[in-house]
Amino acid sequence: MNDSILEIHELSVRYQSPAGPVRAVDDVSLSVRKGEVLGLVGESGSGKSTLGLAILRLVPPPGRIVGGSILYNGLDLLKLSDEMLQKIRGREISMVFQDPSSSLNPLMKIKDHFIELFKSHDPSSLKKDIEERSIEILRRLGIPPERFNDYPHQLSGGMKQRVYIGLAIALNPKVLIADEPTTALDVLIEAQILNLLNKLKRELNLTVILITHNMGVVAENADRIAVMYAGKLVEVASREEIFAEPLHPYTNGLLRSAPNFLRKERKLAYIPGEPPDLINPPAGCLFNPRCSRRFDKCLSRHPPLIDVGGRLVACYLYGG
Amino acid sequence: MYSVVIAENLRKYFPVEKSFIERIFSKGNIYVKAVDGISFRVRKGEVFGLVGESGSGKTTTGLMITGLIKPTSGSIMFNGVNIANLHPKDLQQLRKKIQMVFQDPTASLNPRMKIGDAIEEPLKIHRIGSPKERREMIIEALQKVGLNPSFIDRFPHELSGGQRQRVVIARAIILRPELIVADEPVAMVDVSVRAQILDLLLNLKNEYGLTYVFITHDLSAASYICDRIAVMYLGKIVELASTDELFSNPMHPYTKALISAVPVPDPRLQREKFIPAGEIPSPINPPEGCRFHTRCPYVVRSCKINEPALEEVSPGHFAACPVLPFSR
Repeated sequence: MNDSILEIHELSVRYQSPAGPVRAVDDVSLSVRKGEVLGLVGESGSGKSTLGLAILRLVPPPGRIVGGSILYNGLDLLKLSDEMLQKIRGREISMVFQDPSSSLNPLMKIKDHFIELFKSHDPSSLKKDIEERSIEILRRLGIPPERFNDYPHQLSGGMKQRVYIGLAIALNPKVLIADEPTTALDVLIEAQILNLLNKLKRELNLTVILITHNMGVVAENADRIAVMYAGKLVEVASREEIFAEPLHPYTNGLLRSAPNFLRKERKLAYIPGEPPDLINPPAGCLFNPRCSRRFDKCLSRHPPLIDVGGRLVACYLYGG
Repeated sequence: MYSVVIAENLRKYFPVEKSFIERIFSKGNIYVKAVDGISFRVRKGEVFGLVGESGSGKTTTGLMITGLIKPTSGSIMFNGVNIANLHPKDLQQLRKKIQMVFQDPTASLNPRMKIGDAIEEPLKIHRIGSPKERREMIIEALQKVGLNPSFIDRFPHELSGGQRQRVVIARAIILRPELIVADEPVAMVDVSVRAQILDLLLNLKNEYGLTYVFITHDLSAASYICDRIAVMYLGKIVELASTDELFSNPMHPYTKALISAVPVPDPRLQREKFIPAGEIPSPINPPEGCRFHTRCPYVVRSCKINEPALEEVSPGHFAACPVLPFSR
């Protein structure tokens, strides 16, 4: 499959902590196809957000990318100079975070956010052109133009997230990384924002990496799904495959432990235990202490991600 | 059926701090109408859900049931006693019977207190048992919530989020209360651990004959644990029904929207969504008439004038919408 826009290869990110290094992302390889919505799911601490940040080299210290490569159109983002990378951020690959309130500057009008953004990427751009373009963007996002002169605190949470998405797409990026873009929002606003992301994806031909812990959100919005657990990628498959037949016991457990009011089951099958400590991870497969299908081999080492009929899974039940 | 809690026409207005200039020029006070005239009954042994978005008044309602804040008007009867105008001393006695579990277990536990001491605190306050008896009770409570007795000497920071929430639940059940108000108890717990905590709550309920008021914005969790659900919007209950009835036959347009908006974790079960535009208005100046009329697709002229009452549309199913026939 050569239509991939982003190739992540053996990426590892560690956070240095007093108790030892935390393997937040460990040897992850993943390709993102052009035009798709890739859902990256996992619990807190699974490494999904760190992976998203690593793509734009935004991992905050004490985190450090310790190995691997990230190819964007053949260019290794991890080897680029800071100056070159600055040209990629926003223009080629852009990012939206969970909390819009902490992502906008409270002292700057919405207008000034746009002016700063355009000016920083093209100092010669005219204020008048910027205003016209920004208002056009806001209109597309369903924000009345008169909001242009408001400060962030004058906007509701959903409105702020719209503005923020507007800033992320203002320079026409090809890839949008959305990290829990709706987690801080109420369910009706969440639905509005997800509709908006889908609309933008179609209209602007975006590739979207949608990072979330919510299986419902990926079920409704992702084309393909990558599941992370304890810093490792454990399964990658199409949405239909994942939900019809999850291969990895963790994916299966996640799906069966999510309450779904459209199915009438009165008993959830949950995963026992809790995610592991990444400073002292368990020996063998990282999921083995919680796995009901564990056998001898699972205690040897963490299984590699292998191809099972066109989909990927890291579990000895399927070989490897 | 016996009702543990009977709330009648409950209101809670919080005064808004005014600036100096506002104090000079405006007459009267401004209020956030967090809860604005709601009535409901919680039956013995049930899980009663209060569901709504942020700003709907569900948490304020929970705090009034536990007596942590006083209603502006209205009454809350708990086993025949009106909590609303109870003397603080009597209220403290009542707290043996009503306990609360909050959303954030980390904030609910004193970081310098050992787990055993945290769970012992309510016993000490109510002067129950000798130190030795208390220790036995703590160990029993820990076991009931699925934690090893060795946790008694650990500190909160040594525990995971799920374990901390179990400690908070242990502390809530140690006085053998009748009613537990749980405010978003699983919202901050890891996804794979949520189901464990929900099942733990259900098991404890059956074992001790507890009654729960379960407050959440998560309709999926509510559908799993609740027997009946009241949907709140801007300080009002807009619909109240048994869980099965509410999900299979929602009447109020707001309930319909909420249910249709929940992302369902199964691509084979996708339905058409009905998402109203706009956002929840300010509770300082809620819309006249029906509070949902500004976002409702079925709005008619009378919606903007008359505030609809919660009426029984079928046995046990209440809804506050006079244009129901159109929205079906």
